[in-house]
Amino acid sequence: MIGYMDKIKEISERILKEGKVDIIVGFRKGSLPMMNEPCVVKKAEDVKNLVWDSNCGINLVNYLTNRKEKIGIIAKGCDTRNIVTHIVENKIKKEQLFIIGVPCTGMIDKNKVASKVDSEIIEVTENENTIKVKTKTNEIELNKTDLLQENCSICVHRNPVVYDELVAELIEEPKDIDRYASVKAVESMSAEEKWNYFEDLISTCIRCYACRNACPLCYCPTCFVDESRPQWVGKGQDKSDIRTFHFLRAFHCAGRCTDCGSCERACPMGIKVRDFTKKLEKDCVELFGWEAGMTLKERPPLDEFKLNDPEDFIY
Amino acid sequence: MKVVKIDKENWAEGIEKIKESYKVFGPSKSKEFHLFKELEKGEAPDLNFLNTRLSPKSMFFPQSEGILCYCLDPNKKDECNIVKEIQKDYSPKAIIGIRPCDAKAFTLVRPNFDNEEYQDPYWIKAYDSITFIGLACSNTDDSKKGMPCSSCFCTSAGCGPFNEEGLDALIVNTDDGYIIKALTNKGEEFLNKAELSANSNADELTANINTLKKQAEEKINSFVETDKLKDKILLDLHSANFWDDECFACINCGTCTYVCPTCWCFDIQDENYGDSGVRFKQWDSCMYPLFTLHGSGHNPRSTKVQRFRQRFMHKLKYYVDKYDNGIQCVGCGRCIRLCPVNIDIRKICNIMNSYEPAA
Repeated sequence: MIGYMDKIKEISERILKEGKVDIIVGFRKGSLPMMNEPCVVKKAEDVKNLVWDSNCGINLVNYLTNRKEKIGIIAKGCDTRNIVTHIVENKIKKEQLFIIGVPCTGMIDKNKVASKVDSEIIEVTENENTIKVKTKTNEIELNKTDLLQENCSICVHRNPVVYDELVAELIEEPKDIDRYASVKAVESMSAEEKWNYFEDLISTCIRCYACRNACPLCYCPTCFVDESRPQWVGKGQDKSDIRTFHFLRAFHCAGRCTDCGSCERACPMGIKVRDFTKKLEKDCVELFGWEAGMTLKERPPLDEFKLNDPEDFIY
Repeated sequence: MKVVKIDKENWAEGIEKIKESYKVFGPSKSKEFHLFKELEKGEAPDLNFLNTRLSPKSMFFPQSEGILCYCLDPNKKDECNIVKEIQKDYSPKAIIGIRPCDAKAFTLVRPNFDNEEYQDPYWIKAYDSITFIGLACSNTDDSKKGMPCSSCFCTSAGCGPFNEEGLDALIVNTDDGYIIKALTNKGEEFLNKAELSANSNADELTANINTLKKQAEEKINSFVETDKLKDKILLDLHSANFWDDECFACINCGTCTYVCPTCWCFDIQDENYGDSGVRFKQWDSCMYPLFTLHGSGHNPRSTKVQRFRQRFMHKLKYYVDKYDNGIQCVGCGRCIRLCPVNIDIRKICNIMNSYEPAA
């Protein structure tokens, strides 16, 4: 993906100069290995700061919400699906956007990379299929496919769903991937095992809300956890309040989550928050034949009523 | 003050001995990272770590801390309609393996909880019950993690890999043993109780520590500039034009504030269950929409840029002006490493330090 950089800059510069957009939302190089910083470019001469590699995992659609300008956005597959969700939910109009579509080969999980080496990582450089990791004591080369974020390793929608211009040819979507192996593993547990699994999962949660704030779906003007008149959820570290936050947030994302993985990537405590949303994604596929963000013509299943909606789970 | 060097084989024995006099807390790896926890019988602190994911501030400033409770049940005559203080455990505790940056951080926090006008009894009693046994950031054979980290900038933030402020004793992990230097009476008492009084030549060991200290300080290659912050005009910085651009990526999660050893903001919450309830202190964060929300509904910090600016102005300007005690940051680098969108306090600090308003 590193090869997309020139094309991204070329398109960005052109549409800024032509006045098609007022700003470009993209990434600039970060100050740590494997970190890029979301940024906004307002002038054509600043497009040189834009970067694109396998460290652009945070979903940029977060940065579109409530903006008034005409926006150019560099969007990989999952980002475009969240743009679709934004459009369907009337958060933005397609006409306000120029989507620079990126066929994505996946983002790398910096925790996975860190687990492959014994000492602190000083520098990471990327080639098309390999990642070179330099530590204070060593230098190794690793295959990118072994380092992907979990959601990227099972992604079947790498290509943009909507776009105004592509930075490269569309790529072949992976086939024969079991996207729900992790969900099935939990489904096969006994009730007690499930309880213990989820208790352990959120045992280190500090309620910093990084998962919520990194999520492009979490755009409510006032989140339910921030409601104070009356207060809906306790603020403390009581376990039932922590559970309530995670469960309610996940359900609020049902049929809307594109499994972009921003929540998991943002969590400072390494909690696999996707374990909640992935189950709801699977239910939506099985019950409604629905995948979020694939079409501008339909609303998410929990957003509307259809006569043929499944009812057999209602007692 | 006592300086001793002990064999690593005798270490576990000393730890067990110390558990007779203190509740002992130390770094422990669970899942992918280290956190401080109370050590069980037979468990020694795991000193093979860079730094703990969270600072140990919650030991005396818990994320949620009950302070008062009440009951409205008329059947409980002794308790009904009486507000009671919640009893806590202020018995002696020892925290072993705290990094010098965290210990120094708590000395920066103290003036907020303990000053001439106000004393927060919960913070003070809890803090004073702890003996802080630090672990210097030195490289050893069994911890070739590359210490200090490349994102540590302690030496230019008023701290350092062997800084002694806020510590009662300092452990230096060397290839052939632990050198432990007592720094306060509390620290000396700790060493006596651990019966760690192995043969020692204080002068030789101190020289040894100083050499390792110099080596560690030379490894720090990340810095901030803070020399001009105090002379800047507060409102110039407040109305500077860089905040909009720098805050763009910020998603206003509270990660930076919760992992920070010097962030001290808290809220008071009441919760009731049926006819009883508690009042508790709860960590707050300037990143959150409820932070400084007035009863009237007005919020002077209702937008992202205002909240973002508050965090950096507080640490790098308001604190500097109010306490004349340097910046409210020790350079531990946690907020940089854990920020999901790469907001970097080093960059913001340098921008603030070099900012000149347009003429």
